[in-house]
Amino acid sequence: MTARQVVPPSEGRGALLVAEREIGAQLRSKSFIISAIVLLVLVLGGIIAGSVFSKQGSGSAQGAEQGQGNLIPVAVVEDLQQQLPSLPGVRIVPVADEATATADVRSGQVNAALVPDSGPAGVRVVVQDSAPTQLIGALTVAPAVQVLNPATANEPVRYIVTFGFGLMFMMAAMTFGATIAQNTVIEKQTRVVEILLSAASPRSLLGGKILGNSALALAQTAAIAAVAVLGLVVTGQDDILSLVGAPLAWFVVFFAVGFVLLAAMFAAAASLVSRVEDTGPVLQPVMLLVVLPYFIVVFGNQSETLMRVASYVPFTAPVAMPARMFLGDAAWWEPVLSLVILAGTAYAVVALAALVYQRSVLRMGARVRLAEVLGRRHVAA
Amino acid sequence: MLELSGVSRSFGDRKALDDVSFTVRRGRLTGFVGGNGAGKTTAMRIVLGVLSADAGTVRLDGRDLDGTTRRTFGYMPEERGLYPRMKVAEQLAYLARLRGFERAAADRRARDLLERLDVTERADDRLDTLSLGNQQRVQVAASVVHDPDVLVLDEPFSGLDPIAVDVVQGVLVEHAASGAPVLFSSHQLDVVERLCDDVVIIAGGRIVAAGEREELRDRYTEPRYELRAGSDLGWVRDVPGVRVLELAGVEAVFEADEATAQHVLSGALDRGAVHAFAPVRPRLAEIFREVIRDEAHAATATARRAKKEVAA
Repeated sequence: MTARQVVPPSEGRGALLVAEREIGAQLRSKSFIISAIVLLVLVLGGIIAGSVFSKQGSGSAQGAEQGQGNLIPVAVVEDLQQQLPSLPGVRIVPVADEATATADVRSGQVNAALVPDSGPAGVRVVVQDSAPTQLIGALTVAPAVQVLNPATANEPVRYIVTFGFGLMFMMAAMTFGATIAQNTVIEKQTRVVEILLSAASPRSLLGGKILGNSALALAQTAAIAAVAVLGLVVTGQDDILSLVGAPLAWFVVFFAVGFVLLAAMFAAAASLVSRVEDTGPVLQPVMLLVVLPYFIVVFGNQSETLMRVASYVPFTAPVAMPARMFLGDAAWWEPVLSLVILAGTAYAVVALAALVYQRSVLRMGARVRLAEVLGRRHVAA
Repeated sequence: MLELSGVSRSFGDRKALDDVSFTVRRGRLTGFVGGNGAGKTTAMRIVLGVLSADAGTVRLDGRDLDGTTRRTFGYMPEERGLYPRMKVAEQLAYLARLRGFERAAADRRARDLLERLDVTERADDRLDTLSLGNQQRVQVAASVVHDPDVLVLDEPFSGLDPIAVDVVQGVLVEHAASGAPVLFSSHQLDVVERLCDDVVIIAGGRIVAAGEREELRDRYTEPRYELRAGSDLGWVRDVPGVRVLELAGVEAVFEADEATAQHVLSGALDRGAVHAFAPVRPRLAEIFREVIRDEAHAATATARRAKKEVAA
């Protein structure tokens, strides 16, 4: 027999090959592409809808700015002109005196007239039947406000942003976690796993699965973030961005590590059963750990203590820590420490998952008990 | 040479393999024979490293197997399976790449192999659109796409159509000829007998017989002879020391020692023409039945003894 030139790849390289296949198979799946597009469209739609609603709320001021095309003609007595502030949305028609102004209003040449008055405002509005709100709004002088203790974000934004982090994490974890679980069981169900195990180590197979799906999850989340940023900029809500920027960057980092942790659990749990129909019960505990951070952040973001604890617990940290940073109550070292804890946990869980996967993936038929897999009877390969 | 020594493995309380030792020599086809649940699949999985052994070693050319060496092995599991929704050539190339082939080389090998197995025109179709027969050929291709250094096939002939059987035989013979140790299990003892150079028989998780096929047949040959002559052989009954087993005119099968048999032969020559005279050698199926029966007896006896000891 001649010496073989082909040397089997290292575990890492094997994992990359597996990841490449996972990604390729996923990108070729129509349902994946369609659901990704639908998600992106929903996000963009949500942002546009949000901008429309928020504009309706502050309609007068912004409406005035927009209404450059149809300026309201207003007669102004010449003496008064210098005293008036600039009036947006108003076309000033200079008139000589009060009588001319009143006549113009009566004849309909102008919508209103501003004449001197002895009252505190120093000006009187003369109209035919009702006063244009635009004009009154423009005339109203708002006092300057000095805030001594500014809130970082107002209440609705605070809610929406934490809610957004939670939702993004949960959605991605659910979608891609379920994909990992399904692919793991399908490999078992179609029995291809035995050939795979003869071709690559269990660690490569599991690692590649985690890697490939984490990359997809991250890519999808990044795409959502990009669409969100784009949407905010286009609809002129980019002031939110300056608030969200740094927490968003941290969120991506936490997401990447946190997702690896969840992906490993999904794969290991799924390897315990042999048929797709049986995945429900084994995935339940994992699903709970996915939904947990979402609810804690959504319902617990008022409690500082709860959020502080949650921002260090590995399963809730990917959502809770960026949320706390956004709310401005995390010191600079806190995300670093939390990330170290998360990464350490992820490493340990991946190692444990590899063990579970290795020992249960070939056992067909009835569901394999976790205790059985981790029990003493097994000798590591 | 692939060598198993003292390999044991239990699942829970059930001992699937008990101190299993045998060798698979390079350049030879070794048949692995045993009943259902005898431990064939477990032993093969341990060779491939898909399962770990509780005790014992597997060596190739005197060296303990590690993961890297095992990746060069070719394996056809009893439970057939590939990715149903993946394209055939792509799937084969992927398996070759997992073993270390570069993308281009892997693709070339996959397509060459598909051509040899006569499924070229389906190379870019999804596996689940192929007929069962063609899927089997792809499965065969999957086990050899990386030019394995050792080939292990679990029931490679089961469920194959006759043409696919020929294809698989060709692959086995070719790999053995190239110097690889080839081990395969089969229920079809006639196929094993026809193809194999060596035979390993396993029962109840233990090796009950192993060796070269012809040597095994000799070992299990009883002092039994077959004689075909030109005239009636009724007289053989009366030769002292002969026990006739079958007699049909000019053909006879009888039991006798070597000297007596030669005496019968010369007697037959004295009486006329002799067309055939040979010791009757058992077929593999007969040997198999015999060793399995002996094993069963031994097992029952052991169990009985154990029971008595418990009772006492």
